[in-house]
Amino acid sequence: MANLKNVTKKTKAQAMGMHSEVLTGRTQQKFFNPDEAENFYYFGTYDVDFNKRTDLDVKDMTAADANKEIDNLMSQGYGTIVIKNPQGKHSIGVGILNKLNLIFEGSLGYFGIGSCDGPIVRINGRVGWSCAENLMAGKVVIEKNAGSCFGAAIRGGDLICKGSVGARTGIDMKGGTIIIGGDAGAFTGFMMQRGRIIILGDVGINLGDSMYDGTIFVGGEIGSYGSDAVDAELTKSDQDWLKRKLKVAEIGENFDVSKMKKIVAGKKLWNYDNLEPTEKKGAI
Amino acid sequence: MCGIAGLIHRGKSSKVGHELQGMLQALKHRGEDSTGYALYGDTDGKNFIMRFKVGENVGEGSTSVAEDVSVYDERKKIVDSYLLEMGAKIIKEDRILPYSLRYEIEYNKKDLLEFSQKIESIPGVEILSMGKSLEVIKDLGNAKMVCERYNLDKLVGTHAIGHARMATESGVDIKSAHPFWGYPFSDVSVVHNGQLTNYWNNRRALENKGMRFMSECDSELIAVYLAEKMRDGASLEEGMKESLTGLDGVFTYFVATKDSLGMAKDTMAAKPLVLYESDDLVAMGSEEIAIRSILPQEIDTYDPFDGEVKVWQI
Repeated sequence: MANLKNVTKKTKAQAMGMHSEVLTGRTQQKFFNPDEAENFYYFGTYDVDFNKRTDLDVKDMTAADANKEIDNLMSQGYGTIVIKNPQGKHSIGVGILNKLNLIFEGSLGYFGIGSCDGPIVRINGRVGWSCAENLMAGKVVIEKNAGSCFGAAIRGGDLICKGSVGARTGIDMKGGTIIIGGDAGAFTGFMMQRGRIIILGDVGINLGDSMYDGTIFVGGEIGSYGSDAVDAELTKSDQDWLKRKLKVAEIGENFDVSKMKKIVAGKKLWNYDNLEPTEKKGAI
Repeated sequence: MCGIAGLIHRGKSSKVGHELQGMLQALKHRGEDSTGYALYGDTDGKNFIMRFKVGENVGEGSTSVAEDVSVYDERKKIVDSYLLEMGAKIIKEDRILPYSLRYEIEYNKKDLLEFSQKIESIPGVEILSMGKSLEVIKDLGNAKMVCERYNLDKLVGTHAIGHARMATESGVDIKSAHPFWGYPFSDVSVVHNGQLTNYWNNRRALENKGMRFMSECDSELIAVYLAEKMRDGASLEEGMKESLTGLDGVFTYFVATKDSLGMAKDTMAAKPLVLYESDDLVAMGSEEIAIRSILPQEIDTYDPFDGEVKVWQI
């Protein structure tokens, strides 16, 4: 924690142009004080042992019961949980706020792995709409395809889909990285505010529509650009970062990142007039 | 919200009534105001099967006005007399419920427009479907209730589409329930999930061209829109592709004919659809759990992209 004091506000990511939004002066901004770290208690977290492993068959369980059982197993110290027969059920594996190896042997429905902070999740199947919504930290790997709104509003972590994803991937995302091995649908990166999206395949229409900030890298064809999404120069730093990230993601390790396109916000939309919402109301 | 499901067996027949019931029941949380089935059964293809209603289900939750059964009887008598008048011969008659009937009819004319107009000129009578394979069954309640009420479990056929409805744009009644018959085309049916925002503009234009609407449900527009395109010589797939720009709003819809099943998704991909495709079976639904009800083993599924149109043959 002590190191946090030494972190400068101008980070390498900013230097690379991956985000450049000016935060100072924002009325709603609150900074974490590392001196108070010992006073923070993260409700609902457990100390788990990754070597303590168990299976959980959720075939005849409701989503609520399955989530309660996962919570119960974590409270007993299980750090590796294998979920059997998820069979497309919705809202499984949500609200996990500690480190955990969570493995799904099958596919998930909607809202899987929502609002998590820390687990490493592997899904040996497909996921439905809004997978890993609001992810704070951790790593989620999907072996097959994903539905729409993949990684909506994530704040951090790595979200990886080895197959293709639906529309509005990374909508409203505020941090973290989304990596797609296949194609992505329309409105990818819609209104994204920060973070990075990597798509190795093609992407649909209106890419990066109304994006505030953040970066999108595309390896294939782009259907069309959304409002205010513009091309940017792919730097050496970008390429190094892409190579490292694809290796971690277990996909596209040999992908020629030098040919990728980099898309950022043109920052010509109304939200870049430096007025806070309350100030805007006053101006109107 | 609504849920839709569909499946097509390629090269064989199966208990599609039972299979679709499982798929729609898995989607019942998306709406159970009414449920509808469009089943394409195995028939000898000689006679028409006409599913029609002479009244509404006025059970709990219905927005329809109660009528005496004697009114239904009177309407049925007029239907029978009109059929005789038009040279149609009733081969088999089933009165499944006081207000819901199934006729097997020998009728040799190909143009069903005049036929349908005549039958539907009787107040309170609506043809739910007309075809040599298609049977549209729709009523209030969830998939299991409707399936049991109409004994659909044993129906054998090649393909089917269905709809679990949460009523938002129009009343809770049979006339607003899906699927919609692609009037006046034999064996064409449509189910839809979404909202169409240029319904009235399109409806006025289509009515001026002589097309018929039975409800005020926006989804009916898709059936009528496609029927009009096909009337003017377009293929089903061509009509579906045109609908991507001709229809405004958010939608995913399925359309089925005697030997094919198609899907279309709007250009914003705003409504969900999960698809499973193999050499002998295509199954699709608003959520994966619909497909899992008939294929519990691990399978590869995907979401079709925005503006995608696909058609499969049996």
